[in-house]
Amino acid sequence: MKQKLFNDTTLFLTFAAAILLMPIWLAPLGASYPDLLQKFAIYGIFAIGYNILFGLTGYLSFGHAAFLGVGSYAAVWSFKLFTMNAIPAVLFGVFFAGVLALIIGYLSLRRSGIYFSILTLAFAQMSYNLAYSVLTPITNGETGLQLTLQDPRMIDAMFIEVGEGLPITNLFGIKMSGYSGFYFCAVLLIICFYISLRIFRSPFGLMLRGIKSNQNRMNYTGLNTRPYMLAAFVISGMFAGLAGSLLAVTDPLAGAERMQWTASGEVVLMTILGGVGTLIGPILGAGLIKYFENIFSSFNNNILHDFFSFLPDTLENIVVQVTGLFVGGGWHLTLGLLFVIVVVYLPGGIVEGFQRLARLLSRKKQPDKTSSSLKNQSAE
Amino acid sequence: MSNSNKFSRRQALKFGAAGAAAMGAGPLIFTRNAWAQAFPNDPGSNANVILGFNVPQTGPYSDEGADELRAYMLAVKHLNGEGDGGMMNTFTPSSLKGNGILGKKVTYTTGDTQTKSDAARASAKRMIEKDGALMITGGSSSGVAVAVQGLCQEAGIIFMAGLTHSNDTTGKDKKRYGFRHFFNAYMSGAALGPVLEKEYGTERRAYHLTADYTWGWTQEESMRQFTEGMGWQTAAAVKTPVGAGDFSQYITPVLNSGADVLVLNHYGKDMINSLTQSIQFGLRDKQVNGKNFEIVVPLFSRLMAQGAGENIKGILGSTNWNWSLQDAGSQAFVKSFGAEYGFPPSMAAHTCYVQTLLYANACEMTGTFYPPEVIKALEGFSFDGMGNGKTEYRAEDHQCFKDVLVVRGNENPSSQFDLLEVVETTPRSQVEYDAKIFGGELGPYKV
Repeated sequence: MKQKLFNDTTLFLTFAAAILLMPIWLAPLGASYPDLLQKFAIYGIFAIGYNILFGLTGYLSFGHAAFLGVGSYAAVWSFKLFTMNAIPAVLFGVFFAGVLALIIGYLSLRRSGIYFSILTLAFAQMSYNLAYSVLTPITNGETGLQLTLQDPRMIDAMFIEVGEGLPITNLFGIKMSGYSGFYFCAVLLIICFYISLRIFRSPFGLMLRGIKSNQNRMNYTGLNTRPYMLAAFVISGMFAGLAGSLLAVTDPLAGAERMQWTASGEVVLMTILGGVGTLIGPILGAGLIKYFENIFSSFNNNILHDFFSFLPDTLENIVVQVTGLFVGGGWHLTLGLLFVIVVVYLPGGIVEGFQRLARLLSRKKQPDKTSSSLKNQSAE
Repeated sequence: MSNSNKFSRRQALKFGAAGAAAMGAGPLIFTRNAWAQAFPNDPGSNANVILGFNVPQTGPYSDEGADELRAYMLAVKHLNGEGDGGMMNTFTPSSLKGNGILGKKVTYTTGDTQTKSDAARASAKRMIEKDGALMITGGSSSGVAVAVQGLCQEAGIIFMAGLTHSNDTTGKDKKRYGFRHFFNAYMSGAALGPVLEKEYGTERRAYHLTADYTWGWTQEESMRQFTEGMGWQTAAAVKTPVGAGDFSQYITPVLNSGADVLVLNHYGKDMINSLTQSIQFGLRDKQVNGKNFEIVVPLFSRLMAQGAGENIKGILGSTNWNWSLQDAGSQAFVKSFGAEYGFPPSMAAHTCYVQTLLYANACEMTGTFYPPEVIKALEGFSFDGMGNGKTEYRAEDHQCFKDVLVVRGNENPSSQFDLLEVVETTPRSQVEYDAKIFGGELGPYKV
């Protein structure tokens, strides 16, 4: 069923350890500051959830950003109306995203393939436009929803004296920015990973895979696949809602651009880049894209000059000129190139790269038949 | 599917406990040093100070962002005593010495705001948390400015806003740690109103197309306030999404609305597109209500004029600064910028350059980087020689007050940069307002 290298227990343990120790092993890469670590964990959750739909059933949704946005808005409203505690915010975020996913899923899942993708895209774009202009009183339009000193915060008002300046989000007193915010997200990521692991290994997961390989055949055996599809859609929508609410927990602001189609496209990229249908792939993809967005975009010509200072001056200038196109404002270009390379040479994503590497190292004479057949399937 | 790999309940509990322990211990290890500092990103005994330049490098305002970045790099040079010093020579009263800030060499880190609040905040956070930036500056959108300003207030890092024109930035969303040198929509309206009255009379019907975010809203509000105050009617006000690209669906209804003035509350590439399309639709050749149809662009910049080409000829607008100004400060800046990059600076570049110098100067004045003291030095600070004449940072809302330029697209440009002619310099007294009218609170000095 999967690589012999790991059984599920060691996989889960390694994963949990790697996530919790990120501040240490990411330090040499310049990525161990709290905000980026939080983004890794949050978008990891988003991608895991997306993978439950796309990876298992093969249904390509272009509308998951809508759930991310709804999660954020719900969380910020929870901060504004009730309390700065993170728990209700997360619950509200997941709940409202789940409700929206139920509605959109119920309507979109009447179609499959490209029609399903277009439907989800249309619904997401509708949600975006609603958030952007129609529902401005609720969403504050393009400016984004922010906390203000005048917010009622009914529950907090009963227990805590109002201080000067804006209150900060917290988990029973632990502030939710900085490293503690990251650990909160990380623990949720690990829980989500565990849930995803269990779904992958469950009969329900097998049913979803069945839908991916041949939905017609499933229907002909007399099985109604719609409830399974809808369940998968809602679960992945709730994951997205959780990610959205965590974005608001670590930084209490919600903007309509979170719901834009580019955000939906981003999670598709993350999943494909990492490896569709694999457990760990989407998280790798999410980390890679966020790393590019935050670190590569910050490289400027000065940093490049420092980096290439070992070269002779004229050569250095040329090299800096050329590489300068790919960093800073050009980080999209680098990401695009990487994406093309991965899709062409490693259709199974980064995970396939690792698997090939592992096979190469272990010098197996006979390729593992089951794993390669699964690999091909996941590369669809 | 074998079940042999499944977790037993006992195992799950064990991992849960281990995870919880790791989570509890983690923060102790990684945040131990956080409280040793008196204020965030104190440069202490470092030889360098780091400033964060957060500008749009992609998206509809990327032209402005690129020019802002050029100005910042020039300002850093001048602060470090390299180059010809630019406006440092004309700036009074100045405490700048040309040896960095408080003897520390100025270095910088850059980031891409993408003109999105989320990306801008992520980028600013990176600067604060990873690079140790002492001050964040930049941005070419009010939405971004408001978002980053809020973040900086929470983080206790001073934010010197770049190009942001919304009333909200120093109005209802003002912050103790945020400062704006640029003028705002209210001032544009106050300066443009009398000129519009003189040029187009008091009996006009205006149609507004408005960028749908904080800047557009306040820009429209201020323009309506002043034009309606002098007797104009407003036929309609339509909101358009930022970065729409194609505005034809919004421009067609203008023709049948009975309006004889179109007010484009757009900026950057949006303004270039909407103006170009309006001209292509033949709006300016029309006669409505027996009058020539006119177009007004309340916020004008040379970069936009360059993008719109021929179409800007004769169109009225307001601007914070223009490179053709003849005062010593402007000339020194244009000369220095031109020598470095080969073309004159935009108003976005100007405001960003000035903001950087003002921050450095405030640090020199107080002799410390401690933000509450620097803020107090900036509040109420009056200066001259920075291209806008006498200017004051009002203490109540951190808004700079200075003269406003009303400009018109040049009919006969003498060069590819000579695109705007100054119609009138509206004195500061005419654009001033009570700090209370927009509400909002600055918040605490210490966070």
